Amino acid sequence: MAWIDLANPTRFLRIVDRVLPWLTAATVFAFAYAINGVLGAPDDYQQGATVKIMFIHVPSAWLGMFCWGMMSLSALGTLVFRHPLADVAAKAAAPLGAAFTFLCLVTGALWGRPMWGTYWVWDARLTSVLVMFIMYLGLLALWRTVEDPARAGRAAAILTLVGAVNLPIIKFSVDWWNTLHQGASVVRLGGPTIDPSILIPLLAMTLACTLLFVALHLAAMRNEVLRRRVRTLRLLQAQTARGV
Amino acid sequence: MSALSALLVRDVRIALRVGGGAMMGVLFFLTVVTLMPFALGPDLALLRRLGPAILWIGALLASLLALDRLFSADHDDGSLDLLLMGRVPIELAVAVKGLAHWLTTGLPLVVAAPILGLFLNLEPKAIAAVVLTLLVGTPALTFIGLVGAGLTVALRRGGLLLPVLVLPLTVPVLIFGVAASNAAVVGPVPFGTPFTILCALTLMSLVIGPFAAGATLRHGLE
Repeated sequence: MAWIDLANPTRFLRIVDRVLPWLTAATVFAFAYAINGVLGAPDDYQQGATVKIMFIHVPSAWLGMFCWGMMSLSALGTLVFRHPLADVAAKAAAPLGAAFTFLCLVTGALWGRPMWGTYWVWDARLTSVLVMFIMYLGLLALWRTVEDPARAGRAAAILTLVGAVNLPIIKFSVDWWNTLHQGASVVRLGGPTIDPSILIPLLAMTLACTLLFVALHLAAMRNEVLRRRVRTLRLLQAQTARGV
Repeated sequence: MSALSALLVRDVRIALRVGGGAMMGVLFFLTVVTLMPFALGPDLALLRRLGPAILWIGALLASLLALDRLFSADHDDGSLDLLLMGRVPIELAVAVKGLAHWLTTGLPLVVAAPILGLFLNLEPKAIAAVVLTLLVGTPALTFIGLVGAGLTVALRRGGLLLPVLVLPLTVPVLIFGVAASNAAVVGPVPFGTPFTILCALTLMSLVIGPFAAGATLRHGLE
């Protein structure tokens, strides 16, 4: 099956309908395995039970970044190849990416309270994730200001690509900024090495969350396609009602 | 080439004449800097320490405020469509418009900075550092802002969307601008290190900004 075959929304919907139940089942199984592993994982000798927060925190952080990467590819699909489903993919991914980034920030804050004694520090990592979260919100705001999905899609694609160029620069500059001001007390998540008893559940959890992301993303893309059809039908209805 | 210089002269002239609002940014800059001591207290030692940061934030907000005007007037009277249809590549035209915008809004901020630095009790060395970093950094702010201005004019939505889109992208410029200003006075790193990175950021934005803004106009107004 060629990549371009997916350009037909009807065919795409049919494939999604066929794939989604299996994907959902795989997600459930992956979560069952991962959560079983997480519950069996030993507590950290320093952090105690709070180390469990990491099993949600790390996958969320990974998905927050993964999602922007995926949206950048979709943006190229929109601008270069004019693939009709590319901006659907980008639009469906943005709220998911924002949600996972938010989850990453919240779990980090909840972990930071007992561990660092504060919900928030202006640490380099936290700050760059916060900036990324704000950029997600800006992108969502851009989607919400324009009625015509195609126009909004192209504008959002350009912003996504500019963001993709800028995010590494922001990350680098924030790192530099932090080390300049409090180089002695750089707080670091986790140790240099992670014991396999924690690493394996963590990887399983990451896989499960990624599957969840893919499943939610496909479902959101399906909804977006259907929503656009409803919109077109409504517009047609309004036109015929007025007798144009 | 003559078309581009004509565009430059035209934009500068429009900005300087009645209704152009070129000096509005400086006025806003002055107001923001004046507000700071009211919020922080008139402690001169504190103001001296925070001075470079206050000046940078003020300049950032002032240049942001002016971005709204970058394309909107041209879009309203149709000259933006002419630019898009013309023989000059839109990326070059956008770059020239950015240059004209910087000359009329960014450069006045740089010129005003020393006087405002006196208000904030900055020593001469710090004032020189702030002026130098603003001179190098404000073009980056303008050219990053081009993208946001292009997006909002193409979508016919202005207002608060523009700052929300642009401000996160200016984080690196702000970091290295303030870092270089502070490094000149207190150290510990030499002034050159953050300053050269600031120059690099400006050069990058000079390249990326016009292309991205040109793309927004081309895709948005077609």
